[in-house]
Amino acid sequence: MGPIMKFQVVVLAGGMSKKLFPLVSKDVPKALLPVGNRPVLSYVLELLEANNLKDLIVVVAGEDAAVRVGGWITEAYDGRLHVEVAAVSEDIGTADALRAVLHRLVVDDVLVVSGDIVSDVPLGAIAAAHRRKRAVLTAMLCSSPSASTAEAISSTGKDKAKKPSPIDIVGLDTSHQHLLFLASGTQVDKDVKIRRSLIRVVDQMEIHMDLMDAHLYAFNRAILQEVLELCQGIKSIKQDLVPYLVRSQSKFGAIASGDTQTEAVGKTPNKDDSGQPQTPMQDIVPLPQHILPGVLHPASLELTCCVYIASEGKYCSRVNSIQTYGDINRDQVAGELVFLTGYTVSNQNNVIHPTAEIGSKTTVGPQCMVGDGSKLGDKCSVKKSIVGRHCRIGSNVKIINSVVMNHVTVEDGCLIQGSVICSNVHLQERANLKDCQVGAGYIITANSEHKAEALSKREKS
Amino acid sequence: METRRGARMVIDPKVRQVGFVTPGSELGRPAAPEPPGAAAPVPVVANSPSPVIIPLLLIPDTSSLRTTPLPVPSPPSRRVVAAPPADDSMPLGSYNPSDAILGSSQGSSERTGNNDKHGSAPTDSLADMSLSNASTLAIRLEGLNVTNDGISNVLSTSTVRSAVAAAPTSVEHAFQTSSGQGIIGSVPAVSVDMAAAANPQADPRPMPLKDRTSKAERRAIQEAQRAAKAAAKGVGTDIAAIADGNVANEVKSSKPSSQKKGLSEKKPAVFSDKKPVVSSDKKPVVSSDKKSAEKASEKDKRKDIPAPRMQFDDEQRVAKAKRRSLIEQTEAKNRVELFRHLPQFLHGTQLPSLESKFFHEDPLHPHPSVFQVGLQYLTREIVGGNARCIAMLMAFRDMINDYSTPMEKTLVRDLTAKINSHVSFLITCRPISISMGNAIKFLKTRIASLPVTVSEFEAKHSLILEIDRFIQEKIVFADNEIVKHAVTKIRDGDVLLTHGSSCVVEMILVRAFELGKKFQVVVIDSRPRLEGKGLLRRLLGKGLHCTYTHINAASYAMQGVTRVFLGAASVLSNGTVYSRVGTACVAMVAHALGVPVMICCETYKFHERVQLDSICSNELGDPDALVEVHGRKDVYSLRGWADSKHLHVLNLMYDATPADYVSMIITELGMVPPTSVPVILREYRKVPYVM
Repeated sequence: MGPIMKFQVVVLAGGMSKKLFPLVSKDVPKALLPVGNRPVLSYVLELLEANNLKDLIVVVAGEDAAVRVGGWITEAYDGRLHVEVAAVSEDIGTADALRAVLHRLVVDDVLVVSGDIVSDVPLGAIAAAHRRKRAVLTAMLCSSPSASTAEAISSTGKDKAKKPSPIDIVGLDTSHQHLLFLASGTQVDKDVKIRRSLIRVVDQMEIHMDLMDAHLYAFNRAILQEVLELCQGIKSIKQDLVPYLVRSQSKFGAIASGDTQTEAVGKTPNKDDSGQPQTPMQDIVPLPQHILPGVLHPASLELTCCVYIASEGKYCSRVNSIQTYGDINRDQVAGELVFLTGYTVSNQNNVIHPTAEIGSKTTVGPQCMVGDGSKLGDKCSVKKSIVGRHCRIGSNVKIINSVVMNHVTVEDGCLIQGSVICSNVHLQERANLKDCQVGAGYIITANSEHKAEALSKREKS
Repeated sequence: METRRGARMVIDPKVRQVGFVTPGSELGRPAAPEPPGAAAPVPVVANSPSPVIIPLLLIPDTSSLRTTPLPVPSPPSRRVVAAPPADDSMPLGSYNPSDAILGSSQGSSERTGNNDKHGSAPTDSLADMSLSNASTLAIRLEGLNVTNDGISNVLSTSTVRSAVAAAPTSVEHAFQTSSGQGIIGSVPAVSVDMAAAANPQADPRPMPLKDRTSKAERRAIQEAQRAAKAAAKGVGTDIAAIADGNVANEVKSSKPSSQKKGLSEKKPAVFSDKKPVVSSDKKPVVSSDKKSAEKASEKDKRKDIPAPRMQFDDEQRVAKAKRRSLIEQTEAKNRVELFRHLPQFLHGTQLPSLESKFFHEDPLHPHPSVFQVGLQYLTREIVGGNARCIAMLMAFRDMINDYSTPMEKTLVRDLTAKINSHVSFLITCRPISISMGNAIKFLKTRIASLPVTVSEFEAKHSLILEIDRFIQEKIVFADNEIVKHAVTKIRDGDVLLTHGSSCVVEMILVRAFELGKKFQVVVIDSRPRLEGKGLLRRLLGKGLHCTYTHINAASYAMQGVTRVFLGAASVLSNGTVYSRVGTACVAMVAHALGVPVMICCETYKFHERVQLDSICSNELGDPDALVEVHGRKDVYSLRGWADSKHLHVLNLMYDATPADYVSMIITELGMVPPTSVPVILREYRKVPYVM
């Protein structure tokens, strides 16, 4: 059996992310950033596994990162998933990364998933929508997290340093099935330019600001290859490839309808003989339409970029900035997403690993997570936070709204609030952190006080 | 006694056939079948001892039947109420004759039901015809026990025997239906008394129809309809009497052969305490050759049919089918009583459940192409007979291309099974059309006729070629031929009217326009799908002169129209055109105004089935589609209709246009009157789809 339902999966796991600067490092590529004490990538892989997609290509930027990711995957998913890890050089766009693995794609359609998605959307639905429409591109949209972000901001206090998450501007037809326009808010200055020919085809177009592109796409493989080979200028999927396809669809549509007219009569429905399609569109136009012009609704003929909008109850979010990282971790411990992590929740509505040791008079509040092997001293207080594995936390420590990764040492009397502490960080006594991000291996001196700072070790030169 | 039964038998189907059975009205009914007082012998009514002699299609019979009930002591109110609607409700004058028989020829219904189901071979029907001429039709339906087993309600046995020399032959049917659930354990007997009062003394046994459920009643409707079909086909069959009880038993030994064989062929019938036995005092000289021929043909027929239609009011079957099906099917609420036997599911739940199974891997999982086509059927992205058929065939083509025979299996069997499972998947997405059924049948015949010696590669290759050829010859070239024929019927100055959106009609109009003919087009459209709009848009794009209106203006729009061109989903062998709902209305209006109605239909859509109404086989659309009116946001009175249990919303997809309203059927073989459909079926499908 070949790939199931003729879909192949490419996971773009990325490498180092500038946006997540202090958190990711050489040792911890983005894909392995722990979310709820599990690497981000595991959520994607498990989503794929749950959907019975077990043959994956994972593209990682950077050789080192690729080795690490590959090592982790083989360790964690040995025998369950068949994963090929491909390394591409750093600092190339997503489309370039896709181009690098293009030769491995052989079947009809390709599902391209960003490695930083935490979601439970049914992939089958996206694939089905893609197939049903015979689309060139199907993008998954989910409702933009702006609302939750707003809450998060208010809860964490104002911080102006953080940019508001970029808004996507999405143009849809009235049936909410076709994608007519897509641009991320950062690209758009003031005006949104939309082709008039497109409007002529669809009559009406809705512009949505409340939807977010989830970076989960289904592509028609033939078109994808064609486009990527023809247009070497396409660097990024989101910024170049998708808009290109969306822009081209009405143009392609014209070609398609022209074909149906000219070839309406007596075209042999013999796909095998014709071999490879000459132009991308010929492959899309289904044969029955050649035979019976206008059997189908004309709009469906011409619009080949589709969307799947995740339903309300589904969660979908990306770890692409420090803020979203914090949000997702919070969401997770807030119980909404615990089912994604697969941990069982205790009566106090928190997740404490049985091997964790907790000192006397220490309280671990609801919506918290403590990893295995961590030791908490006496009279600590942990609220709405995640404590990773093998952390040693002294007495009288308060951790609120924070993420503490693995192997962190926190000495007595520290106060950590709204911060992200990476692995192997050492907090000396009575350090006080508020809204900080601390890079891996950093040592915070005793009695120091930091507020809204990004602290990290200097890269070894 | 006989009369009573006869009368009741005659009438019951009528009641059921006509009345729109509502749950409320059923309450009183179950008691009716066995009027308790009537158990005593009843004065024999004039027509009862001797066979009612009915010329082939006769109307007078109705009246006689209507009169007979009166002396009978069974509850009169029911009859009085029931009988008139039987006549009134027949919508089509021309069809009255058959309907008249409908009531009476219950026995023969078996045969028709049979024919209809199995797609009778022409020879068989011919035999019936000849038989009918000589025969008298005597019917006394003793008890009509209807099975609730949807698939098996084909008659169990039918034997033909000629009674005495020169006496009218009689076909006797023991209508042996075993009820799966054992609701009605006892015997059903379609008994018809033959030669003059052969056993009028047959003892009046209270009928087995003790607890008739509404289900049974609905079944009765169907039986009645089959009977009607029989009548229409001119199958005059005499139905021999079945004496029951003691009389029967003695005779039983003498003639178990035919009976048993019939039964064993079908399935083990459940006989309860009372044996229903076919009997007639005089031993029939069984014309063995005929019998065997019939049996053989029956066997063939049985082989031919894909599967008997599922009756969706049979809960057990539905439950079973649901378990097997890939799609989660939630049944619609507030089902319209008369259409309960049709598949009807909530349209909202199917798609998500199917989508969630997209990547699942189990042996039943359909091939990607088939899955895709199924999705497209489900979401109505592929509509129209030809488009659906082609899409299905192309999907099967892909499937065959990717197919490889598993170890220790033969290609012929395994592939057939595979096709079957795929077809049932497609059916759960949307019931398949008759034309698709024909195409599937064709494909399966091709597979079955593959020589054993041929290699897998060659077999696949030849099947793919066959599919291509089918699409090419039966659909593409056929359409071209139809266009050629039809264009000759369009003259300058014509005003052509069409309904909905038929791709062949569209091709005809466009072609005629390209030939420079000067004509106007009236596009009649109907809710809820408003398919005519698409046609209108395309025609206007080509520059044709069009008028667009909805079907409620049909009578107005018809004035001044010189030709009506309509597409069809299928043409049945009695000339009935089965097409998108609204077609019949348009055809009738046209008929009334003397406008010729041309049906454009490829012959691959022809079917041997006979259907008189659009009830027994149809497709139900999404009732919610009727709730919203396009472009009228202010019309919302139907919203939330499902909450009201008094309201049933019915969205029928097809209707049947009687042959009388069809002037001509344009096929790729030429322009033929509707009466010639059987000829085409007979002549061009002797060997199915020899090309």
